[in-house]
Amino acid sequence: MALNEKIETHDYDVVVIGAGGAGIRAAIESSAMGARTALVCKSLFGKAHTVMAEGGIAAAMGNVWKEDNWQVHFRDTMRGGKMLNNWRMAQLHAQESPDRVLELEEWGALFDRTPDGLILQRDFGGHRYARLAHVGDRTGLEMIRTLQQHAVHKGIDVFMEVTLQRLLLDGARVSGAFGYKRQTGELVAFRAKAIVLATGGLGKAWKITSNSWESTGDGIAMALDAGAELIDMEMIQFHPTGMVWPPSVRGLLVTEGVRGDGGTLRNSTGKRFMFDYIPDFFKAETADNEKEADAWYLDKKNRRTPDLLPRDEVARAINSEVKAGRGSPHGGVFLDIATRRTPEEIKKRLPSMYQQFMELAGVDITKVPFEVGPTCHYAMGGVRVNADTAATTVPGLFAAGEVAAGLHGANRLGGNSLSDLVVFGRRAGKYAAEYVSGLASHPATDAAQLEEAAKTMLRPFDAKGAESPYAIHADLQSTMHDLVGIIRTESELTEAVARLEALKARLEKVGVQGGRAYNPGWNLALDLHSMLEVSEVTTRSALLRQESRGGHTRDDYPKPDAAWAKKNIVTRKRGSALEQRTDPLPEMPPELAKLFEEAH
Amino acid sequence: MAADHTFKVWRGDDKGGAHAEYTVPAEEGMVVLDVIHRIQAGQAPDLAVRWNCKAGKCGSCSAEINGHPALMCMTRMDEFAEGETVTVSPLRTFPVIRDLVTDVSHNYEVAKTVPAFKPGPKEADGTRRMYQDDVDRVQEFHKCIECFLCQDVCHVIRDHEDNKQSFAGPRFFVQIASLEMHPLDRNDRKELLHLKAGLGYCNITKCCTEVCPEHIHITDNAIIPLKERLVSEYYDPLAWVMRRLSRQGGKAAP
Repeated sequence: MALNEKIETHDYDVVVIGAGGAGIRAAIESSAMGARTALVCKSLFGKAHTVMAEGGIAAAMGNVWKEDNWQVHFRDTMRGGKMLNNWRMAQLHAQESPDRVLELEEWGALFDRTPDGLILQRDFGGHRYARLAHVGDRTGLEMIRTLQQHAVHKGIDVFMEVTLQRLLLDGARVSGAFGYKRQTGELVAFRAKAIVLATGGLGKAWKITSNSWESTGDGIAMALDAGAELIDMEMIQFHPTGMVWPPSVRGLLVTEGVRGDGGTLRNSTGKRFMFDYIPDFFKAETADNEKEADAWYLDKKNRRTPDLLPRDEVARAINSEVKAGRGSPHGGVFLDIATRRTPEEIKKRLPSMYQQFMELAGVDITKVPFEVGPTCHYAMGGVRVNADTAATTVPGLFAAGEVAAGLHGANRLGGNSLSDLVVFGRRAGKYAAEYVSGLASHPATDAAQLEEAAKTMLRPFDAKGAESPYAIHADLQSTMHDLVGIIRTESELTEAVARLEALKARLEKVGVQGGRAYNPGWNLALDLHSMLEVSEVTTRSALLRQESRGGHTRDDYPKPDAAWAKKNIVTRKRGSALEQRTDPLPEMPPELAKLFEEAH
Repeated sequence: MAADHTFKVWRGDDKGGAHAEYTVPAEEGMVVLDVIHRIQAGQAPDLAVRWNCKAGKCGSCSAEINGHPALMCMTRMDEFAEGETVTVSPLRTFPVIRDLVTDVSHNYEVAKTVPAFKPGPKEADGTRRMYQDDVDRVQEFHKCIECFLCQDVCHVIRDHEDNKQSFAGPRFFVQIASLEMHPLDRNDRKELLHLKAGLGYCNITKCCTEVCPEHIHITDNAIIPLKERLVSEYYDPLAWVMRRLSRQGGKAAP
């Protein structure tokens, strides 16, 4: 059956999919290099998930602690990632993030200041020195608005509320992307010489998450469908502090800045329990008593408070306290800043946290400790990229930001995401533009591919089945939450694989009501393809990795394993079947390896 | 257990529409957006609503709730009397796309007309030095989440479609103020303010300030200083030069 609909088509050199920090930065770079660039986003411009980032952007600028430098940041990032990181990405990230922060300032961003007028930096988990440039607790908003306004003045073409979910190929290389315009439901194709994926994460597949509706893993799924390799998909970060009450806000992010600025975690007996959960790996650098922990904030000769251990450690500790019956009334623990800082300090440093709790929970965080618990927050895994160029394993396809994998290894440090976006967003834009200028011929688009993609997207309107996309989504979220959460085990993961198979069968029969214009039911039905695919890869990767490391904890293999420490799990698709293998980690050169031998 | 929530939600498109009634079981701590999502999941799967963060940080879910412009994600159900019917309608100032979603692209067009940030030279040591006291007031403007509630409520454009061509609106007065008061900025926007942005149309009724979910003092801190600056810039060039120079001097460290 031929499609009786004309498909709107655009031609560009580079199409950037996603307009969070990485996407906008990529588009700015690619456009500056002379490539005709389009920036395409699922939401309105400036609403991407980056706006929700709170605490800051990590960069070893040395404005607060002169002792800080890229080597220390590199070491912190690798150790926080349990050494599973791609060392070259971690090196580039630590070396380039100070320049990217200063560039944001050149473009109009106004960070909080030190007394002598430089950019102020705050403490965060896993960072040896106060390192996060910030604007109170709304750093992501500052960053996205700065990039947004800069992009507007550079005249970059922005396509808002356009969802692209299928890559077009010319042989093995990329030739465009396909999707629909949300406002009208019309189908749209972008012919492009190169594509940059900057589509963010996949948290919407879990029930309790800090992620917005957009985070459905589109970029990872479309890369996989186009033949690209994924790595580390089992590594999911549960942020230790999400809101837990009331139910409507469960999962909403509470910035690590609360602990960075002096807040401490307590259980139902009032005990600062993190002292009981200091792993051997971090023992040498972590304070084992309250006095030293509190002194660390002002004098870094002391060891760091265990409240600021990397996120995976803190999330597991909270989980254990709740399981042991020492949790808060609604299944979390208490975060206390009220007894440790003055109301004025709290309101100045954490204004949006104050407002969020006051307006949504009726809790005054300057007066009482408040309940927090783990929430699905970030995918360390994703599309495999070349460390220097952000190129994926598919020619012409690049990826940057959360959709890409490697920088964060098994666990991401707070503050390393915003810096990731601008460091690798810029690189992806640059190398995509270079790729385009070196291309001998324009890739061809294939009408049959377009037609097939169009039919797949419109199928939910023809389906006679009674399956509701909302019901499938709710069941998927329960499955991932219950069986592929913080603590995993073989029997539950196997059960999850079976349930995901059943959900895939239900998705075949999904039906939607109404027309195509701004129809969230239809849009969700299409997002479910991405969510189910990334959920399956995550679950199957989690089954393979028989050890515990960072964002992957196996109850049946509770310790890290020396052999697994040297392996990435790689997933790709052959036809419609997933194919998995392990690859050895890239080996760190001796001059960098030396940084881990020194006593700290 | 609290009573059910009864909602009247506007359903329709650019050709017209009407409010439809829905009933949803109440749960503790619900906000208006939760109720809309429950209606979507159970009764009206194609109900169009724009939202992202559900935490008052992205400014996507603007609507008129019982006639009052507000974010659906930050309007708690316990603000209403028990049993009160809540009416949710799309923003009136912008054309409807479908149901609760409006076409706010006008705002993105206005944004293109604001002259960009243009910093002066760096310090001799290659740094940019600014002091917290000097950035505080601009940081207030940077809190703007572009929900466009101020644009929606402003009667200059709410009641007079034609004015959209010659009046930028409160959101952009905040943006222009943030650029004009930025300690590093050296660009010149007075012609824009005078001729194209239509600052003179604003007669300071403060409606915009009242609806701002970020509590930005739009009228007092952005619009009035811009009006004062415009007056002195157009009628007293010496005063303008002096102020510009004194701003460049910066402020001694506290």
